[in-house]
Amino acid sequence: MVVAAVLVLVVLGSIGFHLFSPWWWTPIASNWGYIDTTLVITFWITGFVFAAVVLFMAWCVWRYRHRPGRRADWTPENRRLELWLTGATALGVAAMLAPGLWVWASFVTVPEEADEVEVVAQQWFWSYRYPGEDGRLGRADATWISADNPLGVSPHDRFGADDVIVDGGDMHLPLDRPVKVLLRSIDVLHNFYVPEFRAKMDMVPGSVTYFWLTPTREGEFEVLCAELCGTGHGFMRGYVLVETETQFNAWLGEQLTFAQTQQDAPVRFAGPTGGTP
Amino acid sequence: MVNIDEGAHAPPPAEVEDLPPPHATGWWSRWVFSQDAKYIAIQYAGTALAIGFVALVLSWLIRMQLGFPGVFDFISAEAYYQFITMHGMIMVVYLLTAVFLGGFGNYLIPLMVGARDMVFPFVNMLSFWVYLLAVLVLAASFFVPGGPTGAGWTLYPPQAILSGTPGGTSWGILLMLVSLILFIIGFTMGGLNYAVTVLQARTRGMTLMRMPLTVWGIFTATVMALLAFPALFVACVMMLFDRLLGTSFFMPTLVEMGEQLSYGGGSPIVFQHLFWFFGHPEVYIVALPAFGIVSDLIAVHARKAIFGYRMMVWAIVIIGALSFIVWAHHMYVSGMHPWFGFFFATTTLIIAVPTAIKVYNWVLTLWRGDIHLSLPMLFALGFVVTFVNGGLTGLFLGNVVVDVPLSDTMFVVAHFHMVMGVAPILVIYGAIYHWFPLASGRMLNETMGRIHFWVTFLGAYLIFFPMHYVGLTGVPRRYPDISASFVPDSVMTLNAFISAMALIVGAAQVLFLFNLFWSALRGERAQPNPWRAASLEWQTPDMPPHHGNWGAALPVVHRWAYDYGVPGAGADYLAQTDPSRRHGEDIA
Repeated sequence: MVVAAVLVLVVLGSIGFHLFSPWWWTPIASNWGYIDTTLVITFWITGFVFAAVVLFMAWCVWRYRHRPGRRADWTPENRRLELWLTGATALGVAAMLAPGLWVWASFVTVPEEADEVEVVAQQWFWSYRYPGEDGRLGRADATWISADNPLGVSPHDRFGADDVIVDGGDMHLPLDRPVKVLLRSIDVLHNFYVPEFRAKMDMVPGSVTYFWLTPTREGEFEVLCAELCGTGHGFMRGYVLVETETQFNAWLGEQLTFAQTQQDAPVRFAGPTGGTP
Repeated sequence: MVNIDEGAHAPPPAEVEDLPPPHATGWWSRWVFSQDAKYIAIQYAGTALAIGFVALVLSWLIRMQLGFPGVFDFISAEAYYQFITMHGMIMVVYLLTAVFLGGFGNYLIPLMVGARDMVFPFVNMLSFWVYLLAVLVLAASFFVPGGPTGAGWTLYPPQAILSGTPGGTSWGILLMLVSLILFIIGFTMGGLNYAVTVLQARTRGMTLMRMPLTVWGIFTATVMALLAFPALFVACVMMLFDRLLGTSFFMPTLVEMGEQLSYGGGSPIVFQHLFWFFGHPEVYIVALPAFGIVSDLIAVHARKAIFGYRMMVWAIVIIGALSFIVWAHHMYVSGMHPWFGFFFATTTLIIAVPTAIKVYNWVLTLWRGDIHLSLPMLFALGFVVTFVNGGLTGLFLGNVVVDVPLSDTMFVVAHFHMVMGVAPILVIYGAIYHWFPLASGRMLNETMGRIHFWVTFLGAYLIFFPMHYVGLTGVPRRYPDISASFVPDSVMTLNAFISAMALIVGAAQVLFLFNLFWSALRGERAQPNPWRAASLEWQTPDMPPHHGNWGAALPVVHRWAYDYGVPGAGADYLAQTDPSRRHGEDIA
């Protein structure tokens, strides 16, 4: 009796916690609302199954509890019932898988018009690179890394000269423009994770990974590393600022290009006779 | 109309002569270097529980840091990562795998299939001693300069062997890799034994389709482990080479703290594929024995034939096979080719179907049963609740796009603790309460057992159910301090609650250990076959069974292990050795 009651309480408590507790995801700030929708569908289907199985079990525990003289029924098999349950389960699984794969297809298909921006991770901070006026990022490789070239941009690639380097600052993104986020690490595995964007991807030294999104809400969002990367992992944070295109362009114009960082006397320390940025 | 137990009356003649295993002659060969599978089982389980207790203490420390960040000065970030790494690896490999296969496998396989011992008793003994060595090497890493590795239990390179990770360039990672290699060597010696014993040493009449599901679960898990562990073995060897010899299997060109290292050309993702090609089957290596055991606990304590035995057997085999083609669902955001996501999401969700069938059949065994709420039954019920809960959240994480926001968050931590931590451990406890009388001749104390059950079951549920929602808010895993701009303060309160529950649940496990020792010495004497079980292990001439298990003659099996409540039979069960004609009606 107590056992059956506790099982019912577990179900009611779980549903109640889901519905009434204050803990839910952060408001979304990207185009990936479909991911949230698929997640909610999954909650409904799995929640129903959980409640049905545990409540049925609770009923059995109460109804068929041992009493003197009681004897179990002899029902070692029931083909029909087993086939029905298998079919229903397959259907439920398909109802979650189909929308999931459909959304995944769009997740892995980057729109043609997407801007590119590169995130570079190292123990334990973030840097960024924007393509500059030619709209293309120059080649980069860990072998080029030096004190003056922290992101390892190739000095021999003409597309690299106008790349904008943001070493250790915040990331900025223009509102409502699809962006392909190219991810690169120069030491160990990291993962570029902004909870409000819903998307994340590992950064693997030796290769370039990516995901895409369209920021849909202005604001300042925290960037976290989501792949264990050593002692400083939990403190590898940063910020991404989503702003209007005008604000974004103004900010971008103030940053140094790769060519500027490579001049012997860095521009920002240039004297009265030096060049102006 | 099918008869599940056809041809019950003419067990075939013995194919080989019954040769009792050589009996130990000296004190050492009897009490230390024993070759008796039952004794080895207890050595295995005892060692596993001992190192498991270390992992339990580590989980307290982890929860102290998470629940009350900054309060405990001695838990630095380094220490935190060392704690989570050792906690995870010990629990998954050195406790769960060792208890189910080395412990229950050794104890139950020979007894349940009617053998006198494992087929290679000497190798079986070596298996334990190599396992013990592996445990000692692992434990030694707590005492070496630099301490144990803090690379996370997944040991992903490059960080696992670099200086930014605790133990990466000192002893920690080396001892971890050597210990795993030893574990796999030890397991292989035991595993070959378990598989060959099931295939070759069953007694007369014990057909494969009459074996208890416990044996099916352990047998399938053993075969899987023999196929999966080699992937981990080579991964460990290759990483040792990368670390010691300067090879670059897993190491690309990289710059560490501004310094160019001499590595180049390797792939960190190759390690992940090798790791998870082991790691996912590993989940089922732990789960399948639990599935088998819980089926038997439910049937015995509900006094009812297991529902859908043949489906249950095939589900175990199919799950075992499918589990080898789902591994990359651990790698959806690893940077592997995104199209893999379609394949692995599909295979992963397909595996939910045979798994769900098993759940239905457990519940349908309770249906119209004669349910005795004994301790093993309580733990079995607790298992079904936590397993269903944890299995269903697996459908979130297996469905590739839903995994993207959730992966690497506390949701994942909650999921796998529920499904492969709490659920199998509840089965281990249920199994210990069930078979303790067989092994010791005494019953475990009922009152302590009930306190242990309720605190463990409800407490663990209160720990891990809310933890999913911590993850849902976006809190990443493996963070010693989770405060962040998007995390509401109330999550910190919830975290403190979870930590308090963890201490309470941990205390209940101490009570269980006490009960184990106390009952072994002072417990109430058990009647022979106290649960009135039909399976063979309870039909030995002595309880606890002596060396050689069966006295003068091997048993002859006349029926399957689930003749409970057979219509027309006098008793409410018929033991497998019962030769009487009624062996179950035709099944509608």
